[in-house]
Amino acid sequence: MMNEEKLVQLQQFAKRVRNHIVPMASDGGCFLGASLSAVDLLTYLYVDHLNLHKGNLKDENRDYLFLSKGHDVPALYGIFAELGWIEADRLKNHLSTEDHIYWHPNRNIPGVEFHSGSLGQLPSVSIGVAMDIIIRGGENRVYCVMGDGELNEGSCWEAFLVANAYKLDNLTFIIDRNNFQANMATEDLIPLESLVEKFESFGMMTQRIDGHDFMALEKAFSNIKGQTGAQVIICDTVRGKGLPSIEARADRWFCNFSQPEIQELLVELNEGFGANLVAETLVVR
Amino acid sequence: MMTYEKLLEKTALEDDRFIVMTAENRALVRNLPTSLGNRFIDTGITEQTMLGAAAGLALRGRKPVVHALSAFLTMRAFEFTRTSVGIANLPVKLSSFIPGVLSDGNGPTHQAIEDISIMRGIPGMEVFAPADEEDLVEMLPQIWATENPSYVRINTRPAIMKHKPYVFGKAEHIFEGKDCTILTYGFMLEESVKAHQLLCDLGYQVGLVNLRNLKPFDGDLISKLATQTSCFITIEDHFLTGGLFSILAEYLVKNQILIPTHSIAFEDRWFKPGRLSEVLIHEGLDAKSLVEKIQKFIQK
Repeated sequence: MMNEEKLVQLQQFAKRVRNHIVPMASDGGCFLGASLSAVDLLTYLYVDHLNLHKGNLKDENRDYLFLSKGHDVPALYGIFAELGWIEADRLKNHLSTEDHIYWHPNRNIPGVEFHSGSLGQLPSVSIGVAMDIIIRGGENRVYCVMGDGELNEGSCWEAFLVANAYKLDNLTFIIDRNNFQANMATEDLIPLESLVEKFESFGMMTQRIDGHDFMALEKAFSNIKGQTGAQVIICDTVRGKGLPSIEARADRWFCNFSQPEIQELLVELNEGFGANLVAETLVVR
Repeated sequence: MMTYEKLLEKTALEDDRFIVMTAENRALVRNLPTSLGNRFIDTGITEQTMLGAAAGLALRGRKPVVHALSAFLTMRAFEFTRTSVGIANLPVKLSSFIPGVLSDGNGPTHQAIEDISIMRGIPGMEVFAPADEEDLVEMLPQIWATENPSYVRINTRPAIMKHKPYVFGKAEHIFEGKDCTILTYGFMLEESVKAHQLLCDLGYQVGLVNLRNLKPFDGDLISKLATQTSCFITIEDHFLTGGLFSILAEYLVKNQILIPTHSIAFEDRWFKPGRLSEVLIHEGLDAKSLVEKIQKFIQK
């Protein structure tokens, strides 16, 4: 059971990560909403769960986390900055061709296991890594973080069939269930529910939790050990979590705000005052 | 005699980096589950997942040799090959079964006659087309030895000639000839060798090259032959666009080499499915038809 001190530590870490993310939504912008929904579950994994630290990033016995919903990479980079894997100042290089920090992950950044951005790409790559660990008799685990909209892609379901067939008990699929795909609520475009039943029918032990609740995350991730096949944790989240002025809004997916708006959003994030946003909403897809 | 399957088995038993994968296309690897155990992985009819998983295995240091029917290996899984294998430049080795006219009676769904074109478009991808099983077995150890991804048009037809030793990246220059030089690869060498003999019987001096590699391309040989032969004739069971004719044209233009060049290929259409011997005649790819076309090219 998580103690109060640990809980506060995780909450404060996640808030600092959000403070790294928000400024990236300017001067070219980023996928802000999808990044903010994934911050808490990624914070829990990197800070408290994965066997992964600055000293073992290339060790073959490390845990692997594959970010299949690659457009939330600002969350990953915010975490890496907080963990000291990259310099926090480097985030200011977002979209500069002098660095490698752009809208999707790439392996030039320490801690990124694989490039992504094409949805439905990494479930199969995760399967290959999980298979190899099993062949070699390793104890390490593989985690694949996916978006809910990403589940539209048929390659995800093909991969789930194979994960089940090969009883990959070291592989966990984590769904950031923020209820939106690019432009619309998932249930208004390609309905996904009922997700638990879908995953269970594919033979995977499935849990559904509040993806912003660190205690629930701890409990769910403690349950995945000792299973006989791949598992799924559906994390119910809020797109744009932490910024009420953009939370759960279909039109706030890709965001590119002015500097004054970014300052207002940071005040909103840290002090709770609502921001006055006039920037035109952008839809990229 | 060494076969594809025996060579793969030997290679994998000697080097545990090798993993044999198939998307339930076991024709070439039927006996390997027993000898390779958990290093034989059949992902079922899932070309996309197989290629993605191969990338994951390669990330962990493995060299997966992946098998599927050519059309599905190259096209259904294309983005997984391009994006997961290609961008990371991982040593995943694609073994492509029934490419070109070897899909004989299957029909257009199974006709991989754009495979060379699309696979060579992936940066770092190496592309090969052995002429028969002997050529294949001669080439594969060097193909599998590289740390780059590769695509091989698998051809297990019996050899019709004794091949020269393979030098990576180099073509097999079989005959010299001043009237014209035939450039071909893969299965079409069979009919080209027969056509060559018929043309010699008619008194022509015809050169013949088994390309072996489409990428890397043996440009040095082309530059040399351009000074010794009157024209090039490419023969391929591939669309006219993107295959050998295109590769040759790119090379000649880039190097400002001026020489008459003719092509025998599928021009913007699929071929009529049927028994292989009948397909060749119907499509004008049998030795007799090739001779007629080549004579016209020479007389131009």
